[in-house]
This record gives sequence, C-alpha cells and structure tokens, in this order.
Amino acid sequence: MINNTPCELKTSHKQDTLEVTLVGDWVLDADIPSLEPLLTQMTQAGIKRVVFSTKTLGCWDSLLMTDLIHLIDQGAQQAINVDTTTLPEGIQGLLSLVYAVPERVGARRPVTKIACIESLGHGALHFVKETHDLIVFIGETALSVVALTRGKARFRWLDLWMNIQDCGPSALPIITLISLLVGLILAFVGAIQLALFGAQIYIANLVGLGMSREMGGLMAAIIMSGRTGAAYAAQLGTMQVNSEIDALKTMGFQPMEFLVLPRMIALILVMPLLCLYADMMGIVGGAMVTVGFFDVSLLEYLHRTAESVHLMDLMIGITKCAVFGVLIALSGCMRGMQCGRSASAVGEAATSAVVTGIVFIVMADSLMTLMCNRLGI
Amino acid sequence: MTETCLTVKNMTMSYGHFIIQRDLDFTINRGDIFIIMGGSGCGKSTLLMHLIGLQNPTRGDVFYGEESLWDADASTRKRILKRTGVLFQSGALLSSMTLAENIALPIVEHTKLGAKRIRQIVSYKLALVGLAGFEDYYPSEISGGMQKRAGLARAMALDPEILFFDEPSAGLDPISAKLLDDLILSLRDNLGATVVMVTHELASIFAIGTNSVFLDAETKTMIARGAPKKLLTESTDSKVLRFLTRGETERPEHNTLNISRAGITHE
Repeated sequence: MINNTPCELKTSHKQDTLEVTLVGDWVLDADIPSLEPLLTQMTQAGIKRVVFSTKTLGCWDSLLMTDLIHLIDQGAQQAINVDTTTLPEGIQGLLSLVYAVPERVGARRPVTKIACIESLGHGALHFVKETHDLIVFIGETALSVVALTRGKARFRWLDLWMNIQDCGPSALPIITLISLLVGLILAFVGAIQLALFGAQIYIANLVGLGMSREMGGLMAAIIMSGRTGAAYAAQLGTMQVNSEIDALKTMGFQPMEFLVLPRMIALILVMPLLCLYADMMGIVGGAMVTVGFFDVSLLEYLHRTAESVHLMDLMIGITKCAVFGVLIALSGCMRGMQCGRSASAVGEAATSAVVTGIVFIVMADSLMTLMCNRLGI
Repeated sequence: MTETCLTVKNMTMSYGHFIIQRDLDFTINRGDIFIIMGGSGCGKSTLLMHLIGLQNPTRGDVFYGEESLWDADASTRKRILKRTGVLFQSGALLSSMTLAENIALPIVEHTKLGAKRIRQIVSYKLALVGLAGFEDYYPSEISGGMQKRAGLARAMALDPEILFFDEPSAGLDPISAKLLDDLILSLRDNLGATVVMVTHELASIFAIGTNSVFLDAETKTMIARGAPKKLLTESTDSKVLRFLTRGETERPEHNTLNISRAGITHE
C-alpha cells in the first residue's frame, strides 16, 4: 500500500473570510479530521465567505467530496458564500455534476413510523385483499376448466406430459424415502405401546390404517408442496419477470389456460398415484420394523394388513390426496401469477406458495377427517 | 505521458472447445475511453467478463498495470479488482435492497467508514448521477434509465480507477443515452478514471471513444484497433467500414454526423 500523508484541516481568519487549508491525502482509508470545529467557526458572527487553499492537498476521493458538499450545504443554510473556484478542476467538475440535477421535489420519502394498531389494520386489509385474490383466482381457474371441458382451452399437450413427468416419476425417489421412514416411525411408536400387551401383531393394523387413511397422502402432499408447488411459483414468477406471460397474452393465449391448466391437471392426475405408492412404501417400512425387531413373520404381517385395510380406507386417502393436489397447484400457480417483477419477488412467491400450500393442506385434511368421522366412514 | 492501464496479451477465449475469440492483443491507456465493438455474438461481453475476472482465459493473460490478473492468487486478484467498477447491462442492482443499500454494500464491505460517512458518500454518488433524493427507492420502483444510473453510482462506490460498462446506452432513448455519454465523459475527466465500454451504439462510439478494438465473429479475432474516428477515415477493412457506417460501404465525405443522417434517411 502507498503511504498516504496524513490529512489536516487548517483555518485562518481574515475579517469576514475564513480560509481553509487542506493538507495531505484525503482518501477513504485516511483518518479524516472532524469538520465540527470548522462548522462551529463558520457559525461565529462575521463570517461571510469561506475560501479554500489547496496547494498542500495531495490525493483526494469521495471522502473529501462528501465533506465539501456538507460544508457547501451548511454554508447555504447560513447564507455564507463558500467559494469553490480555488479548488482543483476535477473537484469543481464533480461539484457541478452534483448540483446539476436538483433534487426532484417530493422524491425523498419521509420516514414514517407505523403504530402497532395501524399495522394491525394494514394486516387485516391485506388479508381481505388476499382472500379476494384467491377467490378471483379460483374463479378464473374454474372458467378455464369449463373451457377445457368444452374443448376450447388452448395449451400444449406436450407441456402436460412434461409436467406429469416432472411431478410424477421424478418425485418417486424422495416419496420413497420419506414414506418408508414415516412407516418405520409409525411402527416404532406403536410397537413400544403394543408390546406392553404382547399385541405386536396389531402394528400391522396401525401402520396400514395410518398410512392409507392419513399419513401416506399427507406426506406425499407436503413433499409435493415443497417440491412442485414452489417450482410452479418460481417458474411462473420468472416468466412474469421476463414478460413471458405478457408475450403469451399478446399472442392471444390465456395464461390461465396455457400455463396453469396443464400444471393443475398434471398434479391432480399424479397425486392419487403418488398417494398409493406412498401407502405401499409406508407399509413396507412398517413391515421392516415389525419383522426385523418384534418377532412377527412377514406373512402374518401382510395377512393382518390385508384384513385391516379395506378398499374404503385406501379410497379415502386417495380422494384426500387428489384434493391436496388441487390445493398445491392452486397455491403454487396463484403465487407465481401474482409475482412482482424482481428477483426477490420470485423468492417471496416460492416461499409463500409453500406456506399457503401447507396451510391449505392441513386445513383441508382436518376438515375431511372430521367429515369422515361424522359420516362414519 | 500515456501510462498503460490494462494490457491484454495473446488471449484466447473459449467455451469448452468452442473458440469465441483468439489472439487478442491490445493496450488500454490511462484516461482512455476504450470501446470494445463488433457485431452481435462476436464475444464483446465475453471479453468484458475476462477483463473483470469473471471468466478465465483459455490462453494468454490480462495485465492491470504490470500485474497479471490470471497468474495471481485469489487475494491478489481480489485486490486488483477492488480498483475496478462494473456497470452491467441492465444495472444489476440487487432487487431486495434500496438504492442506498445497494451503493453502500461495497463500501461497507471494503472500508472501515462509519454509518454517517457512508450515508454521505451514498448521497454524493446518487447526486453525481442525478438521482439525489432517491436513496430509499427499490430498483423496481424506478425507470430503466434511472436503474442504469444507479448501477453507475454503485460501480463508482469505491472510486475505481477503471470503470467497465456493458452496453450502457442499450434501452435508453437517444437523449438519455447522450446524457449518459456526457456523464461518463465528465466522470472520466474529473475522476481521472479509465473507461472500458462494450457498445455498438455508433453515436456513443464516435462521440466519446478515444480508442477501440473491433472483434470479428467470422475470423474469430480482432481485425482493427485505434480511435474510432480514425478507423472510419483510415480503415481499409470492409467489415469495419460496414459496421461504422451502418452498412453503407461508401466512406462518408465529411464527418460522423452525416452517417447517422444517412442511416436515418436510408431506413
């Protein structure tokens, strides 16, 4: 590094003129003397003019510029003439650039403090708007579904297949892992209690019913919400940022039909299959624990499972999962289409797609479980 | 008097086996406004990426003064690149931060200045590019031209010795483009910085360029260098002439002004 000569500020006083001598290198790394003494000197009675002497000034950069601007602004407030004509040409040029464009009136934003109650109100209004947007989005989706059934919806079938590929087979590895582990956990949790009564064989009932009625679908839905819902929001959001959605509109396509429908159909078709697959994997996981640790033969376990799990249980799980599919696609696509036009907005869209998706899933699940309970199925 | 600021020696750039440009050799002097020009897809922006340390050359090297950029270790490279500022094509402001935070980011990272001083510097930089008072705006709330100027303010945050511009006037109306050119010119004059600019905006090239290099996509190398105005009058290469005259192969009689006029009436 180059050694800079330390900078100093010397002042001398002649009648109504304050002469400021700048010494040394005024650069970002240097120790800069405080401007305060100079500013207090300026406020003393009688000073009408400030001039600079720069014979001893070495290098300079933004640091000196900010100090000079500060001085000039202070001078302007106190009607003191700050004479910049003796400064180096470069500084004068920059100063004229700084003052070339006056600050636009009303551009600066006042710092506003929002009271607690006010932010609560904002939150409530925001919630109302969100709900309204959701209803509008559901309505638009419904209209495009109507168009689809009348054979008028326009989208590329290739997109549908690509989406099915993406949210079906490509998701199998993670679904396998998670469902297997959930089945395993269910079996362990149940086994500890059931073993107290020597009733280990009922682990099969617990895992079979638990997975098929509830956990298989729920886990598949939560995985798909994080995996596919977020991806939908990010894809559509980025398309929004790149004006691709506007481009589609100008070419006469309805984004709701062209982009949202194939994604939604793909998820609704695939989710029940994923649910069945997750059920199966969960039962495999349960079998691994029961057969491996609790002295029950595989045949016994499977027989027990077949006896306890009825077609109705599987159908309930699958129906729930199809509903979750709609909700995941809805929240992912909605957040994507609502996305703002910046990188951070895409991030927010993906986050809120997952959050909304999971909230919807859990709410819908509770509701449906309650309904099944009341109806006795 | 002329001091060498940046030298490219025998450089070849490629993506895998696909060669973009080979055997590039040129020198940029201190205080130059150096134009990198050429048709679309000839590797202008790629060359810029190599100069600012984002992509390393397949062969050859870039020298800042006497120091090699690509032979150096990571910390030296970081120190060299701290002396440069880059304005990307669309401003590349971080959308999650206000303009003030964007500009303060490199200052906070590389200096030990206090918060008040940083705020002063940020206001000063914004005032320099004509955006006084816009500290608390997010990039998405201002126009494209303003984003570009804010990007310039960020590029200048650390008082760089060399400023790189990627298509500064792309997407700006002619008047804003002219104002930006003037701004670049007066910043160069007053800060004593060197400017390296990728552009194919003929008006800017002739208005402010003092030196240039012309990249050709077919032969994959540079086919001309020198002051743009001089190239226009002296170059014998038909490709360079076609580029500089917007496809009119005839060399214009008088000055650059006629070219743009000829171009307009021609269309």
